[in-house]
Amino acid sequence: MADIFDRVKDIIVEQLGVEPEDVKPEASFVDDLGADSLDIVELVMALEEAFDLQIPDEDAEKIHKVGEAVQYVLDHQ
Amino acid sequence: MAGETIRAGIVGIGTYAPEQILTNFDLTKTLETSDEWIYSRSGIRERRIAADHEATSDQALIACQRALEDAGVLPEEVDLIITATNTPDMLFPATACLVQDRLGATQAGAFDLLAGCTGFIYGGVVGAQFISAGTAKTVLVVGAETMSRVINWKDRNTCVLFGDGAGAVVLRQVPHDRGILSSMLGSDGSGGKFLDMPAGGSRLPVSSETIAQELNYLHMNGREVFKFAVRAMENGAVEVLRRAGLTNDDVDFLVPHQANIRIIEYAAKKMKLPMERVAVNVDRYGNTSTASVPLALEEALKGGKIKDGDNVVLIGFGAGLTWAGLLIKWYDAKKQG
Repeated sequence: MADIFDRVKDIIVEQLGVEPEDVKPEASFVDDLGADSLDIVELVMALEEAFDLQIPDEDAEKIHKVGEAVQYVLDHQ
Repeated sequence: MAGETIRAGIVGIGTYAPEQILTNFDLTKTLETSDEWIYSRSGIRERRIAADHEATSDQALIACQRALEDAGVLPEEVDLIITATNTPDMLFPATACLVQDRLGATQAGAFDLLAGCTGFIYGGVVGAQFISAGTAKTVLVVGAETMSRVINWKDRNTCVLFGDGAGAVVLRQVPHDRGILSSMLGSDGSGGKFLDMPAGGSRLPVSSETIAQELNYLHMNGREVFKFAVRAMENGAVEVLRRAGLTNDDVDFLVPHQANIRIIEYAAKKMKLPMERVAVNVDRYGNTSTASVPLALEEALKGGKIKDGDNVVLIGFGAGLTWAGLLIKWYDAKKQG
């Protein structure tokens, strides 16, 4: 769990250009981390590649917070 | 030497962009949007819009005339005209035939090619086969679009992205150490639903119902197309390089389809290519579909960014879904004299 969180966090830091300490489970990508719709698409793609996943659009639309992204990866690994 | 391949290359280029400029600020007068919103998500500041009297063949004709002039080729010398377009003057006859007639290309065969925004690259790949096979000496490939007539001007997610324009190249045999080194064509029809114009064909002929449901306009799932596009760009580039026995490090200049700066930057980053070696004009033209690659290529040539002997990669992606690439060892006909 901690390992997955750290890997997801690293990807978010890299993709969104944010500080690691701001990437908390309750942080919202749009409201807290300043992401726009395309940033989220790019983030979803990076997660797909890092964890060898296919994240369908309808699932991606439900991922709003850091914790939700981590949980999605955990559930679909 | 027996079996020496005939190498096709670009020996002339010409473009046309309508005079009327529509800026993001102009769009805010009729749409709830902003320059900042459009620019940050697409890299587009303005686009060209065809005049009321201009259709796709009118734009294609001018681009073709300029390309022939640039190549020093007469219309009667053209053996084949391939017109890549998603917005033909009408469903038939082919726009290529309308161009052939007005150009005076009396010896040419002519047909339209439909491969979404990838059409120009598809046309280049097809045209090159005729040169290499020895069945044509001179091929004219033109990408021309009047996107302004098929977009829904009330849909702020799509109408801000597109523009009108045309670009043409003349293909001929070039010296054996220059020209098209490799090419690739890709398609994935399972994604066709992500970018389409549902009505107006035999499945859903135009009716008052299709008009009421706004099915006669371009529809796009931006997220899905974005994901497809960046992966298609990377795959297309990797594939043409692999087929020529080259790698990313050998690329001198990349001319990608100009759909969205974010797609271009994402793919360039993955290819580890600095943006100085990537053509960008989406800020001034928006997505002109099949016209975007020749418009961007001509601008790069005029700007001195491409020189004789450079490895130039052209990449397209679009509706179909389709993607395609051409790897060209650039041949500067004028320098060679």
